[in-house]
Amino acid sequence: MARMSMREAISSALWEEMERDERVFIMGEEVGVWGGTYAVTKGFYDRFGEKRVRDTPIAEAAIVGGAIGAAMTGARPIAELMTINFAFVAMDHIVNEAAKLHYMFAGQIKLPLVIRTVSGAGRQLGATHSQTPDAIFAHFPGLKVVSPGTPADAKGLLKSAIRSEDPVLFIENATLYQVKGEVPEDKDYLEPLGKSKVQREGDDVTIVAYSKMVPAALEAAERLSAEGIEAEVVDLRSLRPLDMDPVVASFKRTNRAVIVEEGWRSYGVGSEVSARIYELAFDYVDAPVKRVAQAEVPLPYNARLEQLALPQIEDIYQAAKEVLYG
Amino acid sequence: MAELITMPKLGFDMAEGTLVRWLKAEGDPLVKGEVIAEIETDKATVEVESGYAGVMLRHLADEGADLPVNAPIAIVAEEGEALSDDEIDALLAGSGVKAPGKPVSEDEKAVQAAKKVEETLGDDQGEEKGETLAGGKRSSPLARRIAAEHEIALTKLEGSGPRGRIVKQDIEDYLAELRAEGREQEAETVGKTLQPLASFTAGEIPDDEVIAISRLRQAISRRMQDSFMNIPHFYLTRVYKTGALMRLRKELNQFLPDEEKLSVNDFIVKAVALALRQFPNLNASIEDDVHVRRHGRVNVGVAVAVEGGLMTVVCKDADQKPLRLIAREVREMASRARERKVKPEDIEGSTFSISNLGMFGIDEFAAIINPPEAAILAVSAVQDVPAVEDGELVIASQMKATISADHRVTDGAEAAEFMAVLAEYLEEPLKLLV
Repeated sequence: MARMSMREAISSALWEEMERDERVFIMGEEVGVWGGTYAVTKGFYDRFGEKRVRDTPIAEAAIVGGAIGAAMTGARPIAELMTINFAFVAMDHIVNEAAKLHYMFAGQIKLPLVIRTVSGAGRQLGATHSQTPDAIFAHFPGLKVVSPGTPADAKGLLKSAIRSEDPVLFIENATLYQVKGEVPEDKDYLEPLGKSKVQREGDDVTIVAYSKMVPAALEAAERLSAEGIEAEVVDLRSLRPLDMDPVVASFKRTNRAVIVEEGWRSYGVGSEVSARIYELAFDYVDAPVKRVAQAEVPLPYNARLEQLALPQIEDIYQAAKEVLYG
Repeated sequence: MAELITMPKLGFDMAEGTLVRWLKAEGDPLVKGEVIAEIETDKATVEVESGYAGVMLRHLADEGADLPVNAPIAIVAEEGEALSDDEIDALLAGSGVKAPGKPVSEDEKAVQAAKKVEETLGDDQGEEKGETLAGGKRSSPLARRIAAEHEIALTKLEGSGPRGRIVKQDIEDYLAELRAEGREQEAETVGKTLQPLASFTAGEIPDDEVIAISRLRQAISRRMQDSFMNIPHFYLTRVYKTGALMRLRKELNQFLPDEEKLSVNDFIVKAVALALRQFPNLNASIEDDVHVRRHGRVNVGVAVAVEGGLMTVVCKDADQKPLRLIAREVREMASRARERKVKPEDIEGSTFSISNLGMFGIDEFAAIINPPEAAILAVSAVQDVPAVEDGELVIASQMKATISADHRVTDGAEAAEFMAVLAEYLEEPLKLLV
């Protein structure tokens, strides 16, 4: 185990996989000479050279389209989109090609492709650069959508994504890059794709979260614990496939749940998870499931308004109290 | 250009219908083919579709109104088109309907619009009129389940959740209370004992109740009275050996998905249809005093119990169709009948009917002929009974069926022969598969 930041964990996953398999290469804006917008690929260009760390034009459709072509012909590309907001430009490639080709050609085509991108808000980047549209991408069968909440999971899941034969959208969160945690150093340390994980145990209320909302939920759980309420925090880690087993198992004990996401509530991750709770554990429902999410507005630029619109630890704490009728 | 929508004629003998429900309010936009209202006839509830695109300008009938066929029920107009009262009068002039009262006021429209606004997020909305709470009290699904396991009536409890919602804790507290009082037995089986014997005082006996006869009931009443009074019925009952049929059904159902499993009745429909092919005189209708119409097609009607009455759905050309298709058609039509959503073609054109009360465990009964048909077969339950076979007492699977036939069209001997041919199919059911 080594203590490292989420940035270092992701960087080491990429480095190890590129060392392990020469078919793995990176392409994206400023990933090479500059070392990555978030400095994740610093030093990669010098070690692996311009063929395996390719700087591209500012053309997201070309980045994803090119990566799909490379994946179809045997390479294992990691395409980097600077933020998920720019993924909309590449939507057709992601949705109509990456998610479909394997199915439409009788499995003849494999797409061992990873698209790394950055989601989330809170850094005053304005309404168009601060979105958390993760649920949109999780809507499409054929595409795996992964979004870790801890450095260890980031490393283990990214390595699994790179080794996977399927297209994976790997969503990171810019405000988590500095977060530190214990990370296994084993070069074959893998976390399975499509498995939720209990990050904290408790018997009183189930808090479901992913990505940036995992540390927030854990923090809220500590506050609740000080009052004698033990929250179980389930980290989804993967939005598609969505693993409800730990959520349902937890809910059957607690009978109360709060679903937290950084994105908007309507048609969101919380909508899906709460619908499934009602479907899978109706007889265990003792209070309506609560969703904590972003206010339904294009996100304000003003720092205080921005924070007001985003889900806070206090909101999670309050929602937990509400479902407990406390 | 504004247009009138009129009460549609759904079926050849429909004279009037009830406007059950408007699905498009005044002012709602309309797409061609969208459902605007539900109409109830004596046979079914049918959806009326808009033949126009535009806006629902005015309702000309209230929900619940009985209207003759072709009476105007609504005015539709193009988007943005406004009609003066004179123009509406002119539109209605030819139809013999008076212009309805004043249009809905702006305030009322605003209230209606507000009512449609999507409920805000959050759990506890205000109680609506006529709202039904599961278990009779506000309670969580978990509380209801635990209460049911312990046979606790929720009405005995006070809920501690928001607005009196009974939650798990309340049930657990109640059970703990019982245990503390040494009523452990009761805690396990609360509510199992019978209620104390009620005293019979006159005040507590309900008064007589006069209820309206539904349109469906009226239709059944008319047809059955007409049939029973005017058709000279005679009845023949025969016992059928059903062992082979039950074994075959079990074998076939092993290969079929749950939703496609064959019922005993499906076999009977097929057997009856094949037997009828050999008895054109029983697949017939009285035409007039001097003619009988022998139908070319064998369309088997199956009586389906629906709320407040029964309907006969029709499996057309049942002699030509494989069992699985018969099963699917009858299942789908019966399901539509129970939902009062049958299509006119589901219930028209039967040439012979079957009434099956087997699923109710009925041992034997006779049915009333469904006019203008010549006969009906009443099918009873398949039962294991002691029987004598080759001089030995055995347990046999048997079923009784009774044919009611119109003596003007046929006689006992012919009907008996039909029942015998039916036995050849039912008792050697492989014949139904080829």
